Amino acid sequence: MASYSTSEFKAGMKIMMDSDPCAIIENEFVKPGKGQAFSRVKIRNLKNGRVIERTFKSGESVEAADVVDVDMQYLYHDGEFFHFMQPESFEQFQADENAVGDSKLWLKDQAMCIVTLWNNAPISITPPNFVELEVTDTDPGLKGDTSGGGGKPATLETGAVVRVPLFVQIGELLKIDTRTGEYVSRAKA
Amino acid sequence: MSLNWQASCSLALIQLRAKLLHEIRAYFYVNNVLEVETPLLCQSTGTDPYLDYFTSHYSILERDYYLQSSPEFAMKRLLATGIGSIYQITKAFRNGESGRYHNPEFTMLEWYRVGFDLQQLMNDVEQLLNPFLMVENFSEKAERIAYADIFKKHTGLNALQFDVSEYQACAESLGFPEASLLCALDHAAWLDFLFSHVVQQHLGQASLCMVFDYPACLPSLARMKLDNALLVERVELFIQGIEIGNGFFELTDVDEQIRRFDQDIMDRKNNGAVKIDKDERFLAALQSGLPDCSGIAIGIDRLLMIISQKSAIDEVLAFTIKNA
Repeated sequence: MASYSTSEFKAGMKIMMDSDPCAIIENEFVKPGKGQAFSRVKIRNLKNGRVIERTFKSGESVEAADVVDVDMQYLYHDGEFFHFMQPESFEQFQADENAVGDSKLWLKDQAMCIVTLWNNAPISITPPNFVELEVTDTDPGLKGDTSGGGGKPATLETGAVVRVPLFVQIGELLKIDTRTGEYVSRAKA
Repeated sequence: MSLNWQASCSLALIQLRAKLLHEIRAYFYVNNVLEVETPLLCQSTGTDPYLDYFTSHYSILERDYYLQSSPEFAMKRLLATGIGSIYQITKAFRNGESGRYHNPEFTMLEWYRVGFDLQQLMNDVEQLLNPFLMVENFSEKAERIAYADIFKKHTGLNALQFDVSEYQACAESLGFPEASLLCALDHAAWLDFLFSHVVQQHLGQASLCMVFDYPACLPSLARMKLDNALLVERVELFIQGIEIGNGFFELTDVDEQIRRFDQDIMDRKNNGAVKIDKDERFLAALQSGLPDCSGIAIGIDRLLMIISQKSAIDEVLAFTIKNA
């Protein structure tokens, strides 16, 4: 089993903690006057996204987590699992509701996204920063105003609801920033 | 070539460092403390259980010399010759110590005042440092606080009496469940953990903070307190949560010194650290007689960080270990 010493710790490194794969965000070397040295580490749990802090004895070895980010194409949702495919190998992976989480709001059939694999199984999905999605429902009555001011809710093809300007109509394609869940612009169809 | 050859810090910081060193030298000149130099390459070094050393090969003797981690033994050998009060500004080297507040090679100011006890040394520190600490909202009056008092204030624990279940419960409640495994039954390790994780960040926020009366299990090279066997005559300095200095009313008892070396050597063995032999020349000097004195070491790079309000040591060094 691969492992890392605390002296190798750096941001982005993936380690196992409390049986979960985690990513190191920050590592601080702590040495109280003439005493034992510690590594105070800020870590994100890759399964639930929670950030915690933990102290290790300096020089201690910690098990590495076999975690990789792979570009994959989203295929379909079968009601229970979300299916992805690695385009080069055609290898398919299925991710459950837990792994996909809120990312499902931005998953469009055939679109590329990043699948994080732990021991070759998906644990989280990161959609592209920007996606283009069609409006399936919004109040058509609110017309006239061409820009700014207020806005209205619109439901997109994936089920996501975002605030859009009043001029946006059903059937239009919109560009959305998935990191904030906000409308960016109308997309060129 | 796109190799990064430029200095890590600004010219202003290099000038600030030069000014600081000049003013330190002026202070000691006026106070009749003699500037000395001692070797960076040494045949012996300290036995500190948690220090890792650099060595360099000397081809004529076909043996390794240590790059000094502190000039304390050499300076005490000078003190034992009757030289009087002395100071030194020198580089010190500690392997594996790298981070926001650490560079493996750093600048240290170390001085000894013959005839001073710890309180007198603290007065000296205050006088030296105050002119540099013209930071906003910073009081000129240093805070002096006993270790056990400040430890109690932030943890609720008695630092002088080790009750492992109370220490564990405290660590759990403060969000450090890992402490129990890291510190086990080692009182000193528990004190170091809790002090560095819970207490230290509060120290020196409004003025220089000097913590004294250290628990006897953290003696380093301090003598025991005369009227209280639970305490040693050690002081640490903190400014804005950063540890910047460590001083002692120096141990002069050679037998006690040998006992501490032996304990350190055993601890190093148990930790799997490299074996270090006792510095026999230093012990011989102690044997011949070290005058009563107090001494302290201050990290100049960290002091510069504080004066210039920088958040990392790399920002005050011309070249760091990464681009040295």
